[in-house]
Amino acid sequence: MAELTSTGSMHAEKLTGRTQQIFFSAVESDRLASPHAIDVDFDKLVDIDAEGRSAREVNQEIAARMREGYGTITVLNPGAKHSLGVGILNRLRLIFKGSLGYFGCGLSDGPNIQISGRVGWSCAENMMSGTIVIQKNAGSTFGAAIRGGDLVCKGDVGSRTGIDMKGGTIIVGGRTGAFSGFMMQRGRMIVLGDAGPNLGDSMYDGIIYVGGKIAGLGVDAVDAEMTELECNWIKRKLDQYGLEAPNGVENLRKIESGKQLWNYDSLEPTEKKLVL
Amino acid sequence: MGNVTDITTQAKGSSTEEREQEIGQHIGYRYDVNLVPDYDKLTPFLKKYIEFMGWKDLNWLEDVHLGYEEGKPAVFDRNINGWVQVPDDLELPESQQERDMIARELLIKFQSSETHPMVELNAEYGKVRPPSSE
Repeated sequence: MAELTSTGSMHAEKLTGRTQQIFFSAVESDRLASPHAIDVDFDKLVDIDAEGRSAREVNQEIAARMREGYGTITVLNPGAKHSLGVGILNRLRLIFKGSLGYFGCGLSDGPNIQISGRVGWSCAENMMSGTIVIQKNAGSTFGAAIRGGDLVCKGDVGSRTGIDMKGGTIIVGGRTGAFSGFMMQRGRMIVLGDAGPNLGDSMYDGIIYVGGKIAGLGVDAVDAEMTELECNWIKRKLDQYGLEAPNGVENLRKIESGKQLWNYDSLEPTEKKLVL
Repeated sequence: MGNVTDITTQAKGSSTEEREQEIGQHIGYRYDVNLVPDYDKLTPFLKKYIEFMGWKDLNWLEDVHLGYEEGKPAVFDRNINGWVQVPDDLELPESQQERDMIARELLIKFQSSETHPMVELNAEYGKVRPPSSE
């Protein structure tokens, strides 16, 4: 095995978590999904009409259809109901023909979701993986606390986009409001239009790329230089969703954390020992 | 245009490292969390996984990198909030991008394994199950 001397001295402290190596063989299996994943077929299609039904009923029918093996589900007349399409932890193609209300598609872990209308507050909150593409506009706290996956809004979004995000990619085709990327800890945000005041306020890590004007940077958000690898990655990502940077990817403004607010070591060593 | 930075090189011998040793606590992540993947380094297994999931790229795996636990190469599994050490007999390439791809592949294999702790948890508490288990 290759030596990892460059980081050896970085690991004096035992990090949290239990080593799982003893339970696991790397050549054990070529499976692509967890044993409890539902086996669905993308070519098996079904429509669900949400007209006159509660969000709970619609969500339960989505789950029931998945158990029957349907891999492409179209929800008609979603009527901007709140909490539709939440908690889907499986591969799936889910299409909403219309708009969603608050907290749409939260906790997603795997599905590819398309929404032909707009979405209300907190769309895709705590999303873990998969893709969500919204054709029109989105409300505030879009992609709050997202952990992974691609969340795309082709229109404008409200304020606090990607607040507390811990991974994944948020792409905004239009403008984003104030405090976008607030307390961002990881992940990437690409805004092709303008960004409101206090962009990236108190961000710990992660990157924000902006194509338009920035009304103002937040505390500890600073400009950074793009790499060629990043440019290629952004081009690839935007192509996937049929988007284009207005003045070219190379001219996006890159914002990252200045790391002046990092307070991991706020306790003095002697105080820390007393606490522990 | 800037260059891709190597965080491990940056931290080695830096004041950050000294401060970490002094306080007995790490500052920040152990690797460059902002390093985006180089898709030329995709492994055949990962290509198969992407296709299976119906995605066009690595999706959530873009945030997975090879990290370290107790000085040994490991990958963090968010589902169990713990590190999975890379098996000792696995040869690791020198390039961070290639190491990250191996970490991603290992993580998927671990999460898909019958021995993953989530399997037991799901059996006890899972709400949505395939028809065969009902």
